[in-house]
Amino acid sequence: MAQETEELAGFRAELRDWLEENCPAEMRDGSSPEDHTCWGGRNWVFESDAQKAWLNRCAAQGYTVPTWPREYGGAGLSRAEEKVFLSELARIDARLPLQSFGIWMLGPALLHFGTPEQKAHYLPPIARGEVRWCQGYSEPGAGSDLASVQTKCEDKGDHYLINGQKIWTSYADKADMIFALVRSDREAKKHLGITFLLIDMRNEGVSTRPIKLISGVSPFCETFFDNVVVPKVNDEGISAVVGTVNRGWDVAKYLLTHERSMISAMGTGLGGARPLGAVLKDDLDGDLDTSLRAAAMKAEIDSLAIGLTLERYKDMANSGQGVGDASAMLKYVGTELNKDRHELMMSAGGSDALEWGGAFGDRPADWLRTKANSIEGGTTEVMLGIVSRRVLGLPG
Amino acid sequence: MLAESARGFLDEKAPVKHLRDMRDAGKTHDPALWKEMAEMGWAGILIPEEFGGVDMGHAAAGVLATEMGKTLVASPFLSSSVIAATALKQVSDARAGEALAAIASGERTYALAIDEKSKFNPEGTEMPARREGNGFRLSGKKTFVIDGGFADRLLVLARTGDGLTLFDIPADRAGITRETQSMIDSRDAARVVFDEVEATGEDVLGQVDDAMSVLKPALEAGQAALAAELSGVAAGAFGMTVGYLKERKQFGLLIGQFQALQHRAADLWCQTEVTASAIAHAGRMLDADPENATLAVSLAKARATETAKQAVIEGVQMHGGIGMTDAFDMGFFMKRARAGAEWLGDYGYHAETVARLKGF
Ligand SMILES: Cc1cc2nc3c(=O)[nH]c(=O)nc-3n(C[C@H](O)[C@H](O)[C@H](O)COP(=O)(O)OP(=O)(O)OC[C@H]3O[C@@H](n4cnc5c(N)ncnc54)[C@H](O)[C@@H]3O)c2cc1C
Repeated sequence: MAQETEELAGFRAELRDWLEENCPAEMRDGSSPEDHTCWGGRNWVFESDAQKAWLNRCAAQGYTVPTWPREYGGAGLSRAEEKVFLSELARIDARLPLQSFGIWMLGPALLHFGTPEQKAHYLPPIARGEVRWCQGYSEPGAGSDLASVQTKCEDKGDHYLINGQKIWTSYADKADMIFALVRSDREAKKHLGITFLLIDMRNEGVSTRPIKLISGVSPFCETFFDNVVVPKVNDEGISAVVGTVNRGWDVAKYLLTHERSMISAMGTGLGGARPLGAVLKDDLDGDLDTSLRAAAMKAEIDSLAIGLTLERYKDMANSGQGVGDASAMLKYVGTELNKDRHELMMSAGGSDALEWGGAFGDRPADWLRTKANSIEGGTTEVMLGIVSRRVLGLPG
Repeated sequence: MLAESARGFLDEKAPVKHLRDMRDAGKTHDPALWKEMAEMGWAGILIPEEFGGVDMGHAAAGVLATEMGKTLVASPFLSSSVIAATALKQVSDARAGEALAAIASGERTYALAIDEKSKFNPEGTEMPARREGNGFRLSGKKTFVIDGGFADRLLVLARTGDGLTLFDIPADRAGITRETQSMIDSRDAARVVFDEVEATGEDVLGQVDDAMSVLKPALEAGQAALAAELSGVAAGAFGMTVGYLKERKQFGLLIGQFQALQHRAADLWCQTEVTASAIAHAGRMLDADPENATLAVSLAKARATETAKQAVIEGVQMHGGIGMTDAFDMGFFMKRARAGAEWLGDYGYHAETVARLKGF
């Protein structure tokens, strides 16, 4: 590691003490393959007192969203400080205290497009893990062609009336709020008639139906809006529209660049995960055949290089603005790598990994789940299309 | 001819929905379906006519396996009618004849108990069959015994002193316990524990210490048929995918109009054709020159494993969100392709075999 400035070294020392005192022993299993994600929200049931304490202590420091401004529940860390923060968490194998669509997606969009009132109203509860958001983008007819969403939004004076259907809404049945793309102008060109709307899932007329994945779990849903009344301004005077009416596409796209950067990081096995080679060697008592060994070496090299690429792009992104169209590149390489890594882990597990909940626990379910990585948040084909047209400037 | 009639029967009696319904009902075997297959001669496809079979050979067995793969049929065909039948055919005694007749009629099912660890490695078998008096005592554990949860009899590979010996014993013999595994592909598989199980010389298939002269042809027959089944899995997934490319619209166009998908679908078809040649060749070699079929069989299994993997990964990807749902069939294809990749030797195992035989 390069020499740290005195200031950063001081921050590191302080943080180390704080973590020592505040990170419960039970929360120091961040690299465990089991899913211990804390998603927060009104309906969240903490798996332990330690999980709750860890969330609350981090939230009090702004450490659930370390780079967000302090006034919105963050710790106002610089990029350099954030790196120190993450490396110190990794050092003690601490879990992230909270993860959510609010943190990954809505938060960055609100920081960029929200009014001061919207930020003050919506961001702190995300940071504290009190409100859980879901993403209402995709519809049965609007997947890759997201801008053709049809969910109807009618202006009824003091409120909007929403009718339509979303699909593949992850955790809609567990979420408190949804950020949705709705069609507010049917006459305009398709990108120019979309509004980015915040809707309370408790509203009358909102319903969800879980869909089972090939991995056996049901994390996503169909979400229906049946004459849902969304006040333009809520009781506290906060507008339900982010950005401008009919200009929701700008917000939607911006949010996607953050979502894509986040998804891309899943494949690199950084943040404490063991190197693939070590995992495979253990599984096979060191007995890796030539083809598996070669494939694992390639995946490890790619994983290290892609990890560095993610870091490089984060460093380049000017203060929290995200990486723009390059997020398409990051998502493509990161998710394809993640799929390869899981293929390799299945090969290494052999027949023992073919059993639900067998010797390798969730490994087969996780493997199946990774197949969605190159679909959710925009498919690999859509990512390569963005790179071709927007980065390379190819016609089409 | 055989392919068409098989297709007609399977589309009616064993579409993918049949596997789904069995899974949802917690079942892994449908004896009534197997009986019907036996009545059509499928159970005896490799069995001589004198024992009630139709004796059509390995190429024909491959044709049936391919058709079964297309709709992910779960049946004892590979374990009983290909692997066990081929093993029993290497032995010419009255007992073997009786066993072949029982397989051909569909009355008796077999499972092959070889694997002890997570990878196929028959030569590395450790489970001992200790000599005791005139007989043996088998103690140890076998895993990933396909069809082992319901099979009437087991072919068990065990170590006898210096060599390996293949035993043919009833699955309910004292000392045997079977624990059904919950497999991702919803097929039947079991872990089988042998606790001082008694076996006599009568139970030995072939010669003591010389399992391979019986087992090797059986394994190769099984590997070739499994390769054929995997090519069917690939074809089934591919068919659904091409259909979807012609049906799903985004951006006002059929997604099959996008060249990015066209080329990948076209590539998959090209790979499928190459794999089909390897599979047909393996069947022909097993029929014409079984002593020298190893290379052809490993080639087929390696290719089929890769093609099926490509077909199911593309299958999910080109379907987008719906491909990830359990309500849609593509996931079943993906799971079968993965299980088929491991059974009887994975890609690496067969690639090593090819490399060795090619003098690498
Ligand atoms: C696990 C999971 C979780 C998800 N969570 C959410 C969520 O929380 N909220 C939400 O709104 N959505 C969510 N999605 C939906 C996801 O964003 C869509 O599935 C995705 O955008 C693709 O849309 P589609 O499923 O309609 O596929 P389609 O768009 O129909 O695509 C089918 C195939 O065609 C290809 N294709 C389409 N257009 C082109 C083109 N122009 N050129 C080349 N190829 C093309 C696609 O790449 C794909 O391979 C989730 C999906 C999954 C699988």
